[in-house]
Amino acid sequence: MTVKELVNELVEKHGTTHNSLMPVLQGVVQQERYLSEEAMLTIAEALDISAAEVYGTASFYTFLDTVPRGKNVIRVCKTISCHMQGKDEIIQALEDALKIKVGETTDNKRFTLLTANCLGWCHKGPVMLVNDEVYPELTPQKAVEIIQEYERNTK
Amino acid sequence: MKDKKLKKVDLIFECNDCKPVEVLEKTLKRDQDEIILDIIDSGLKGRGGAGFPTGLKWKFTKNEDSAIKYVICNADEGEPGTFKDREILSRVPEKIFVGMAICGYAIGAKEGFLYLRGEYNFLLKDLNATLDKFNAQVKDLGLDFTISIKSGSGAYICGEESALFESMEGKRGEPRNKPPYPTVAGYNSKPTVINNVETLAYVTMICRLGAQQFKDMGTNDSRGSKVFSVSGDTPIAGIYELELGMTVQEFVNEFGDGDTKAVQVGGASGSCVPRKNFADTIIGFEGIPTGGSMMIFNSSRSMYNVLHDYLEFFAEESCGQCSPCRIGCQQLLKGIEAVKRKERNPQYLEDLKKLAATMKLASKCGLGQSVANPFTSIVDNFKEEIIY
Repeated sequence: MTVKELVNELVEKHGTTHNSLMPVLQGVVQQERYLSEEAMLTIAEALDISAAEVYGTASFYTFLDTVPRGKNVIRVCKTISCHMQGKDEIIQALEDALKIKVGETTDNKRFTLLTANCLGWCHKGPVMLVNDEVYPELTPQKAVEIIQEYERNTK
Repeated sequence: MKDKKLKKVDLIFECNDCKPVEVLEKTLKRDQDEIILDIIDSGLKGRGGAGFPTGLKWKFTKNEDSAIKYVICNADEGEPGTFKDREILSRVPEKIFVGMAICGYAIGAKEGFLYLRGEYNFLLKDLNATLDKFNAQVKDLGLDFTISIKSGSGAYICGEESALFESMEGKRGEPRNKPPYPTVAGYNSKPTVINNVETLAYVTMICRLGAQQFKDMGTNDSRGSKVFSVSGDTPIAGIYELELGMTVQEFVNEFGDGDTKAVQVGGASGSCVPRKNFADTIIGFEGIPTGGSMMIFNSSRSMYNVLHDYLEFFAEESCGQCSPCRIGCQQLLKGIEAVKRKERNPQYLEDLKKLAATMKLASKCGLGQSVANPFTSIVDNFKEEIIY
C-alpha cells in the first residue's frame, strides 16, 4: 500500500475534522514507523489544513517521529526507578548487540534504539517497549534475546 | 518512632461478585442531583494529584447550559513513579467505565472518552473488547451514553487537562489559559468533566457502598483511601491501596528497606521528604499530596543523581510554550551541573532556588509550577550531595 492509499484509508475511518488528526498520524506511524514529508502533505490535503499545522502537531509528540525509523522501534525507559534498577546495562547490551548507539537505526533498517521517559513499570524495571509491546523485568541477556526474536520474525 | 500499622484497604481491585454494571443499573434509578450530592458528601478528591473535589466538578458541569457535554477519563498516567492507573485499567476496567457512565448520566453528557497514554497501547485490545460489551449494556439499560478510546503519543504534558483537550483536538499538547475551566469550556470548548482513572473507579465503589463508608476512612482533608505506586529501594515494590492520613514514617516502616534516607512523595513533580521529617509529614492534602507515586531512596543513592534525573525529565517534557518553564527547566539543570563541576560556587544554588520560585509564580501550568517542589526540597535537605 502506498502512503497516499494508507492516508486515505485512515481518513475514511477517522473522518476529516481536525479532531481526526491524531488518530490519522498515529495510524501512519503504526504502519510506516515515521511520518514522511509525503505523508504529512497528503494528510494536510485530506483534512484541508495547512502542512505546517500537521507538522506542528506531529513534531510535538515523542511517538510521532518525523525522521525515518527502523521496522522495530525500541524504547528503553530511562527515568529514575529504571535508572536505579540498571537501565544503563540494558542500553549497553542493546547497543552492543545491534552495533548502534541510542538514537540510531541499524543499517538493515530493522531496529531503532531510543530512550523514553517513565513507561509506568517502576516496580518491575528495567523496562522497554518494542513498538507497542512491553517487556518489564529485563536483564541485559533477556533484552538481547527479545531483540533476537524480533530479528528472526522481521522480513 | 510510632508503631501504628498502616490500614490496607481493598476497594479498587476488590472483585468478589464483581458486577460493576449492576451498580450502574442501581444508580440510574436515582436522581441526578442526589448522586452528585452523594459524591460531594463522600469527600472524594481527584486522585490524579491535583485533588479537586470530584462532586463539585460534576455539579459545575451539570449547571452549564449546553446541549453537548463530555466526560473524559484521564489515563495519561506519566508521572515518574506512578503505575497504578495501568493496573486499574488492566484489572478492573469496568469500574472505570461505570464511573464514567454514572458521571454522564449525572451531568447530562452523551459521549465519553478515555485518553490512554501511547505507552499503554498494549492495553488497547482488551480495553476495546471490554468497552464494546459495556457500551451495549449501557444501551440496554436505556442510557444514551457511549465511550470510546483516544490514544496519546508520548507527551507527559498531555496529562494536564487542557493540554489533553488540545491533543484530542489534533493540536500540539500545549496547556490553555485558565479560566475558562473545563467545566465551562473543555473538549471542543464544551463543558467537560475530566477525572483520573482511579477517581472514576472510586465513584463506582461509592455508588455501590454509599458515601458514608468512604467518608469514614482517612482524615478531614483527605477522605477515603488511595492507591499508591511504591518503587525504589523497597523489598516489596508494587501497588497498595491504603487509608489516607498516614505519616511518611508509618509508610517507611512498612515499605522501607531499613536504610531509607528519603522518600519522594508525588513523583518528579512532588516533594522530597528527608528522614528527619518522616514523623511529622502526613501523606495527603493536609501534608504532601500525591497522585500515588512513592519513590524510596536508601543511603546508597546520590540525591544529586535523583534531582538530575528529574530536571532532565522536566527539560524534555516542558511543552516550551511559556518561557519561565522552557528556560527555567534548562537553566536549573545546567545550574546544578555547573555547581557539581565547581564552575559555580555553592552560593549559586540560592540563585537557582529563586529561579525555581519564579517558575512557580510565572509558569502557565502545573508542570512549570511544580518544578520548584523537587528542586527546593532536594537542594535544601541534601545540599552537600548536590555540591560535592
